[in-house]
Parts: sequence; structure tokens; C-alpha cells
Amino acid sequence: MKRNHWFSGGVLGLGYLFLYLPIITLVIFSFNASEMVTIWGGFSFKWYGELLKDEEILHATGLSLKIAFFTATASAILGTLAAFVLVRYKKFFGRPLFNGMITAPLVMPEIIIGLSLLLFMVSLQKTIGWPERGAMTIWVGHTLVGMAYATVSIRARLQELNRSLEEAAMNLGCRPGSVFFFITLPLITQSIVSAWLLTFTVSLDDVILSAFLSGPGSTTLPLVVFSRARLGLNPEVNAIATVIIVLVSIGVIAASIYMSRKEKRLQREMAEAYRDASTIKK
Amino acid sequence: MKHLARLRNIDWGRATVLGVPYLWLILFLLIPFLIIFKISVSEMQLSRVPFKDIVTYSDGALNLSLKLGNYVFITQDPLYILTFISSLKFAFLTTFFCLLIGYPFALCMARAKPEYRATLMMLVILPFWTSFLLRIYAWKGILTSNGILNNALMSLGVISEPLQIINTPFSLTLGMVYAYLPFMIFPLYNNLVKQDHRLIEAAMDLGATPWTAFWKVTFPLSMAGALAGSLLVFIPAVGEFVIPELLGGPDSLMIGRVLWDEMFSNNDWPMASSVAVVLILIVIVPFVIFNHHQEKRGASGLA
Repeated sequence: MKRNHWFSGGVLGLGYLFLYLPIITLVIFSFNASEMVTIWGGFSFKWYGELLKDEEILHATGLSLKIAFFTATASAILGTLAAFVLVRYKKFFGRPLFNGMITAPLVMPEIIIGLSLLLFMVSLQKTIGWPERGAMTIWVGHTLVGMAYATVSIRARLQELNRSLEEAAMNLGCRPGSVFFFITLPLITQSIVSAWLLTFTVSLDDVILSAFLSGPGSTTLPLVVFSRARLGLNPEVNAIATVIIVLVSIGVIAASIYMSRKEKRLQREMAEAYRDASTIKK
Repeated sequence: MKHLARLRNIDWGRATVLGVPYLWLILFLLIPFLIIFKISVSEMQLSRVPFKDIVTYSDGALNLSLKLGNYVFITQDPLYILTFISSLKFAFLTTFFCLLIGYPFALCMARAKPEYRATLMMLVILPFWTSFLLRIYAWKGILTSNGILNNALMSLGVISEPLQIINTPFSLTLGMVYAYLPFMIFPLYNNLVKQDHRLIEAAMDLGATPWTAFWKVTFPLSMAGALAGSLLVFIPAVGEFVIPELLGGPDSLMIGRVLWDEMFSNNDWPMASSVAVVLILIVIVPFVIFNHHQEKRGASGLA
């Protein structure tokens, strides 16, 4: 048993080293004073200063954050609806098609989704003169993928939901709409919040859809990073990477601590409610 | 009046909940998908919209012109055929190594003490949430000829001059395995953690060694998770573009790159669409298997 313990510790250790090594080097070398990105020349905040003077990066970051915000919000709403449809409406016209369309953006090579949306937008523009390629078309592409991620995460939560609370409300004469807003929604809030956060980061990171759907003047941060990375290593990219990694990590960790506390409180309250209900029955 | 009554009978709440995501998906996923097929048989033209309509109306006659030349070209040009074979090869290699690394990793996570599991999972999710693009860029810094790995090896005296690691099939495979590993770990972990441990105990009570118990009990039960993970890695890997562009050399042929070049360098949208159609044909069978599997298991493989 002892040997087993060491073995599994070793596997996990090596695995995490593999996952984290690139991230660690990225962060360390962002504080490198040298022009040569990979040769250590002393500690410095130089590249963070350069970052603040770089109009291209600042502008692209602003645009990316804006698109990510609207993507996450739209994805959370559409994802909630789609998850509800898949879990609660067992039979409707074209269910296999609906299910396939939800899964497709998750697994299909992104380059296909990007190309198809671009061709669609251009055809649409040719016919009715709208829309111009830009932030709006990028938002549509990101929301298509984001919605699929949101649906999967909210769907898992809806499936394990105990329906007795909803049934009780229904028996007491609550209308279906009110049941959804007062009972179901509070119970699945946690998964909606994590879907929002996930789609925000997915949008903030996307290269391919943005490349296909962007127009003149709508260059997002990943497009700037990608075009610089293609040319070679760039110390400013290390600096912006570190900023993003730190912010995302803080966000994810804080959200997960907050939500696990909230979840525990919710379960305690539910347990109490059920216990009270059973004592009343007796 | 009868119609009005029928209108009143429609459950408007249900219709809205169903209709909004349905319409969104049909408009922005299904129709664009069909348009790829249409453009792939159009004639190219030099203008702001670089393809011609396939149906034209002139002199009172409706003309339908389908240009199949692109498909003929793709199926006969040796470079295209090599590219498709090479993409499949890299996708298989990626899936294989993800399974090889991801399986023991997921197993150790699932066998860890329950109070550690959430943290272990969190540690896999965290890099998955931080930018994929930046993590691939980081590998470029590690593997490049005056990069971190070469510098470390040279200062240790293992090698005297830098090794060519970047822009090789090795660096491409490494980057793909790295990027897709979490997609293998999630469904495998979900499967393994739900397995009933008493089955293993029963096998051991009946005299099985831990090794036999693993191969006869745990492994066969985990096939569904392994399949879901493999498809989740294989399907997007076939069409990968960013990783070959940053870590693969000019000789690592991938469909995604060819499609990109046809689109953005040659501005040949019909050709890019034809390449996309062939890519769709390659991934459609694994996709249908995956989708069927997800529907049956209620998406639990992914979440």
C-alpha cells in the first residue's frame, strides 16, 4: 500500500509539472530585463511599463473585454434555455438535431465554424447589406461556441436537481413561469455563474473565430498576441500573459471558494427544510 | 374563432424557451454549415465577395452552375492527399499520447482521498481556463533554439550546441498533447471516480492481484470514458491550426493550415470551402458517435 502511495504521488506530480511548467516559465520570464526573451538578464518590471505604452495592445484588450462580457452574458442566457430544453422537454420536433447542434461547436474544429460563419455573414451582407464584419460578428461567433459550453455546464446541474421543491410550488398553485424564476433559477445560479466565467475566458482567448469574423479596426487581443507570436518571441506578450494568468487564476479560485460555500449553505438549508417538512407530516 | 382557440392552447412559455435557442442555432450554425457546401461548388471571382452565385438568371433562363473542379483537384493532387494523411497521423498520435498520460493521471486522481479530489480537479481546470494561446506561446519559449530547454541542457553540459526541437513533428505533437490533455482527463476522471470500489475488493477477495483486478475490472468499465475522451481530443485535433502554426515547422502538413492559406493568402474561398467539406466528412463519423454517446449518458462525460 505504501509503494502504491508513492507511485500515485509521482504520477500526479509529473502530470501537474507538465501542465504548469509552461505557465511558470511564462511568468518568470516576464520579469526579465533582457531583450532576449529566454536569456535571464536580471529582474525588472520594464515590460509591464512598455505594455502600458503599447496602444495596439491596450486598444485590443479593451475590445476583447467588451466582447467577452457580452458573449458571456448572452451565452449564459441561451445556455440556460437550451439546458432547460434538453433536460425537461423530453420530446419535441428535431431533438437529435438540437442536441447535435449543441455538441457541434464544442468538438468540431473551430476553423470550420469560423469559415462557415464568415461565408454566412458575407452572403447575408451581399443580400441585405448587413452586417459589416466587426465586433458584432465576432460576438455572434463567440456566443455560438460559448452557448455550447454554458449548456453543458448548466445541463449537468439541472439533471441532478431534486424536483420535489418545484413540484411542491406547483401543487401550491405557482405558475410555471414563477416556478422557474423563484425555485429553479436560484437552485442553478451556481452553474450559471460558472458558465458565465468559463465563456468569458473562452471568448477572451479565441483566435480562430476572431480571425475569420473581424473586420478593419476590430483586432482583439488574441489576434495581436498571435500575430506577434508567429513572428517570434516578444517580451510584452510575456507581460500581458502574466497579467491575464494572474487575473483569471484569482477569479477562478475566488469564484470556486465562494460557490462551494454557497453550495454548502444551500444544502444545509434544504436538508433543514426537508426535515421540518417530515416532522409536520407526522 | 377556432384558430384563436388553437392559438390560446399553445404553451407560449414552452414555445419561447424552445424557440429562442433553436432559432439561434439554425440561423448561425446549420445555415452557415450548408453555405460551406454551396460555396465549395461556386466559381471564384476577383472582387470584394470572392465567389459567384451558383444559380443565375439570364435571358429568361435559370442557370445552375456547379464547379466540381476543386474536389477533383483535392482528390488527385498528391500534396492535398499527403496533408490529409499527415493531419490524421498527428491527430492519432495526439489521442494516443493523451490516453497514455491522461489515463494513469485520471486514475490516480480518482483513487486519491475524497477530500483532496476537488483540489486536484481544480488544479487541472485552472490551466485549462488560462489562455490556450498563451500556453502554446510559452512552449515556443521553452523549445526554441536559444530557448529555456536548450539553455538549460547546454549549461548542464549535456549538449554542446542547441538541438533543433521547435518546428519538428515532435514539438507539434508535444504542443497538441499538452493542449488537449485536459479534454482526455475530464471524461476519464468522471468515469473512474463513479466506479464502485467494491467491485475491485470483490475481485481481490477472489484472489486477483491488483494488476489483474485493474485489467479485468477497472479498465473494461472505463472504456466509455476513454472513448469520450479520445473523440473529444481526436475531432478538434484533425483541424487544429494555431498549434501547427506556432510549434510545427513548414513541413508539418495540417488541413487547418492549408484551409487558412487558401482563405487568407490565396483568397480562394471556394477552394477553402472544399477543403472544409472534406474535413467535415473526415470528422462527421467520430462526431456522430460522440454525440450519440453524449445523448445517452446525458452529457455527463463532459461536464
